[in-house]
Amino acid sequence: MISTASTASTASRPVLSINDLSLEFRTRSGTVRALDHVSLSVGRGEIVGLVGESGSGKSVLCHALLGLSDRAARITGGAIYFDGIDLLAASERELQDLRGREIGMVFQNPRAALNPIRQIGRQLEDVLRRHGAIRSQDLRERAIASLREVAIADPQKRWHAYPFELSGGMCQRVMIALAMSASPRLLICDEPTTGLDVTTQAAVLNLIRERSRANQVATLLITHDLTLAADFCDRVVVMHAGHVVETAPTARLFSAPRHPYTGALIGATPAGRADIDALVPIAGGLPDLRREDLPACRFIERCTRPVAACAGDLRHVSVTSMEDFACANPLPLP
Amino acid sequence: MRESAAPAMSATLQAVRSSSETLLEVVGLSRRFALGRGRKASQLHAVDDISLRLRRGESVGLVGESGCGKSTLARLLARLIDPTEGSIVFEGRDIATLSARSFAVSGERARIQLVFQDATDSLDPRQTAREAIAEPLVRLRLPGDVEQRVQQLAQEVGLPPELLGRLPHQLSGGQRARVGIARALAPSPSLLILDEPTAALDVSVQAVVLQLLARLRRDRGLTYLFVSHDLNVVRLLCDRVLVMYLGRLVEEGPSQQLFDAPAHPYTRALVSAIPGRAGERIELTGEVRSPIDPDPNACRFHGRCPVGTDACGRSMPVLNEVSVGHRVACLLTQG
Repeated sequence: MISTASTASTASRPVLSINDLSLEFRTRSGTVRALDHVSLSVGRGEIVGLVGESGSGKSVLCHALLGLSDRAARITGGAIYFDGIDLLAASERELQDLRGREIGMVFQNPRAALNPIRQIGRQLEDVLRRHGAIRSQDLRERAIASLREVAIADPQKRWHAYPFELSGGMCQRVMIALAMSASPRLLICDEPTTGLDVTTQAAVLNLIRERSRANQVATLLITHDLTLAADFCDRVVVMHAGHVVETAPTARLFSAPRHPYTGALIGATPAGRADIDALVPIAGGLPDLRREDLPACRFIERCTRPVAACAGDLRHVSVTSMEDFACANPLPLP
Repeated sequence: MRESAAPAMSATLQAVRSSSETLLEVVGLSRRFALGRGRKASQLHAVDDISLRLRRGESVGLVGESGCGKSTLARLLARLIDPTEGSIVFEGRDIATLSARSFAVSGERARIQLVFQDATDSLDPRQTAREAIAEPLVRLRLPGDVEQRVQQLAQEVGLPPELLGRLPHQLSGGQRARVGIARALAPSPSLLILDEPTAALDVSVQAVVLQLLARLRRDRGLTYLFVSHDLNVVRLLCDRVLVMYLGRLVEEGPSQQLFDAPAHPYTRALVSAIPGRAGERIELTGEVRSPIDPDPNACRFHGRCPVGTDACGRSMPVLNEVSVGHRVACLLTQG
């Protein structure tokens, strides 16, 4: 039904590892417990998908690990390691050095992320100059080579183009070229294809996958589109209301989801359904994360199979080191 | 959970087949936008010589990449903008000759309604759900008790009546979508033009809204023109699909046939790129032709087409029937 990407080999120590991260926002209307004991890891050359509904904490997590959190955010526990470096203990200067050089970022809406009044070639050279440690006479050549790597036709001519002269798909290719130009070891893509056409979307994701594989980059792909994650990721992490509820290799996640929320997401996805009545909507919405009486399992009020044990502490059941789910009454294996 | 029989779907299909009454017929419809002045004057061909027919009760998908003119076509059919050429016969009357301004107060305005992409943007932020739904009833001076109609409509779209006093920002995405649909249904239209109605919604809410739309169509015998680039959704909701490329209609046919055996090279690439689909993806390389003063004697897809020949650059293909109800505009299928 849903096709899956092949699994890449993962090195022993992950490039990115997030352990038991908790984060809250202090607001006038109460404390929003946005992330609660979140753990995930991404290995070398691996593409990990981070999926969930809007409000599940995907982008909050992404900002936290880049050190770009909102001022109201407070990290209340846990750690983030990038290649052994504790990112939460790093100074702003150290983070600035890492961002762009060691950690590349591709955001939604590339046109807004690019400088509208600077030629794209110059923008690439800016990044190369800042992070690349290359001689200035080689800059032009390297910028053109980066454009060629992301399959932009006629790169010599396109060096002079301004973002408004390029289509959305082309701008996203430029963003990928920017993110990859300093040869990062970690690439974070936050909804990189939202607003692009299906044909362009496939081309952009193929490009991200191909560049990640070629350079052995660890890639975290944040998306609300389960089908995309199924097509392009090696492993998928499912988030719900600030919890990681399930982590599994893509093939297993879609063929045999264990957490009821994963199962429900798959059931509500149009891809592969025979007809519209085969879609199963998910009841209710995300709980208000300001609530004092937030249950241990934040899915319990929407769950179709709650049991008495659900009231106890949320426990992650490990299947393998790469695979676990947080449910007291998991869906049976087929 | 995954698979279930499809009695409802086949019932819909039967209903469509049994009624072949034409609701809307479009012939030679074009819309060109003037750019520049004097010697630099040029024209952007947004919609170029399109002919199509919608039968009463059917659900038709309109797909194509951004910039292909699908939204312009939807706005022409909804008579929000004026066509440059061509006729639009709706329920037996040519509405292309009315200006968009006079159409807004004509009786047909009630019969063709639009549901917009993101209800957050299309609803007035200072208007309550009740006021938003009541507005078309009041504006078009439709008979009946307004409050009673609003209550009925809210119930029909599954909006709890206690939410009617709320402003858009106090509603969830799914609830706002329901208000947008109720507002469009208020004047009892026969044609609903839906412009990406679920694009802004999460998958959990999208499923509910899609099922609501399917139910409303069955219950009210509505005709849908469903503009979308989510082909997985179009496949589920539509009986027939129209494919546009740079202002032209390049293929039309029954959904199943179009998705299983697309005939136009562009449709083939489009279908191959649908997420979750097995098989090789066809990547489109090469330059997209400009819609500004395009060559009238060349296929618009020429240059980007993976299978095109030199002949494609010398003549514009016309729609040609390859099987019943399945038409393709490609020189290579005309043998």
